Amino acid sequence: MIVAARNLAVRYPGAGGRALDGVSFEAHPGQLLAISGPNGSGKTTLLRALLGLLPPEAGTAVIGERPAVEWGREALARAVGVVPQREETVFPLTVGDMVMLGRYARLGPVAAAGRADHAAVAQALARCDVTGLASRRVDELSGGEWQRVRVARAIAQEPRILILDEPTTSLDVRHAMELFELMRELVTDGLTGIVITHELNLAARFADRMLLLDGGRVAAAGRAAEVLTPEVLAEVFRWPVAVSPWRDGAPQMTPLRPSERDQGAVS
Amino acid sequence: MSGRDGALALTVLAALVLGLAVGSVPLAPGAVVHGLLDPSAPSAAIVRQLRLPRVLLAFVVGGGLALSGAALQALVRNPLADPYLLGLSGGAGLGAVAAIALRASAAWAVPLAAFAGALGAIALVYRLAVVSGRRLDPRVLLLAGVVVGAFAAAVMSAIIVLADAPTLRNALLWLLGGFGGASWQSLAVFLLYALLPVFVLFRSGRALDLLALGEDTAEYLGADAERTKRLVYVSASLLTAASVATCGIIGFVGLVVPHACRMLWSPLHRTLLPVSFLAGGVFLVLADTIARSILPPLELPVGVVTALVGVPLFAVLLRRTLA
Repeated sequence: MIVAARNLAVRYPGAGGRALDGVSFEAHPGQLLAISGPNGSGKTTLLRALLGLLPPEAGTAVIGERPAVEWGREALARAVGVVPQREETVFPLTVGDMVMLGRYARLGPVAAAGRADHAAVAQALARCDVTGLASRRVDELSGGEWQRVRVARAIAQEPRILILDEPTTSLDVRHAMELFELMRELVTDGLTGIVITHELNLAARFADRMLLLDGGRVAAAGRAAEVLTPEVLAEVFRWPVAVSPWRDGAPQMTPLRPSERDQGAVS
Repeated sequence: MSGRDGALALTVLAALVLGLAVGSVPLAPGAVVHGLLDPSAPSAAIVRQLRLPRVLLAFVVGGGLALSGAALQALVRNPLADPYLLGLSGGAGLGAVAAIALRASAAWAVPLAAFAGALGAIALVYRLAVVSGRRLDPRVLLLAGVVVGAFAAAVMSAIIVLADAPTLRNALLWLLGGFGGASWQSLAVFLLYALLPVFVLFRSGRALDLLALGEDTAEYLGADAERTKRLVYVSASLLTAASVATCGIIGFVGLVVPHACRMLWSPLHRTLLPVSFLAGGVFLVLADTIARSILPPLELPVGVVTALVGVPLFAVLLRRTLA
């Protein structure tokens, strides 16, 4: 199932300019797309528009074959799993209950969870390596455990498309790597994957394609080597950088200190 | 049915029987059952005509308040929210006090005025909380409720101060709440109002679980957040308004009971909502039984009892939650 934006433009009610303007891309099954860009460049707005929470002012957001705004919420939740950047935990659920929330779009308002639901939850917990946490309360988890639990909840939705919004924020190196490895595995199994992230270097190594947003517009799109160039990055992030390839060929970015600027893009 | 469910069912039965047995003419549990089953039994008149409508009314009103409280706590994502926080007790109190001050004499005048006052407050709070013409913002809902409630309370205080002494006493007694006027008729009227909101709220449990995570997250997991917020706010408010019109303002049921059920039972609303309803019913039946039997022949306002029992209980729960 594809996710696509076709010349998508979004304006928040009462805002002067467009939050997104002329954004186009397509994400395909078996591929991981990384979306990046400076703070406030429209990444989370794009996510909300793709999921039909913001009506486009122009263009379309497409999930599968239909515009996102034409999907019902439950049907969309059966097709697309999203791990949002932030969420609230006012009432402390257990991990098992939290992951079961991923089944609600299949359960309806009153039916009790059946065998298939419990099986999907167990499988999702195992997939994200959090089976041992099932009876723990979510407010007692570490940052890395909490992110894996939320990914498990999205997997329990049995979606065709999986979207993570800044999943590695506040995660240490090991947990960030584990999360990207997990995402890569899920995509290899046939999901359409999108990850919104500030981790350009990890994105370059794990993603098949990258999309760089700046001020609500697409600044660059394509393979990592095409997107992560010193010129593009310096312009988008307003900071000089050097780019050099890692062993696997993926471009790796290093921000320059002021004293290093005149040396330019060293490799 | 687990042991916990069985214990809850037994507690409900025990509370109902206790409520029917205790009173100025104490009855043995056997006499209560006999009076219920056999219209010619000596205890039948007391049980059927005097105590049963009162006990049942206390049960459904307590259940309704606890159910509203549980649902509203999820809606505003605050486990310490109370159905009266949303301004409607102020509106209902103002309506009732105005009717009493104007010496409205018909039996239905005060409840009707209270209901109208509550509806007015609900409409005003709702209007204030719908931001930019489309979204209902739960944070604004809470603030608007407090503001509207405070305004209504100020007007009500002015009326009470300006009124003469008997009016003042009547108004205060009405505000503190009680089931002294319970009858089969008032039970029927309350049920008529309550059935639809209770049904809607029971069906909103799963959506409320999702809404408690935040609105975007709820939508991503398949809930229609805007529809859920509106349905839950209107249903919980109408249910609370109906209970205020029937028996005055009875505090702490809607605050303490859902909080306790969440801790002792489950924070998941598909279970929490029905359990809160039953536990709220038990709590208010017991509170009313204490209110009418502890200082005979005087009857304490039931709101005083729920506060006297509810406040210490709540303090203990708070300590345990934070510990």
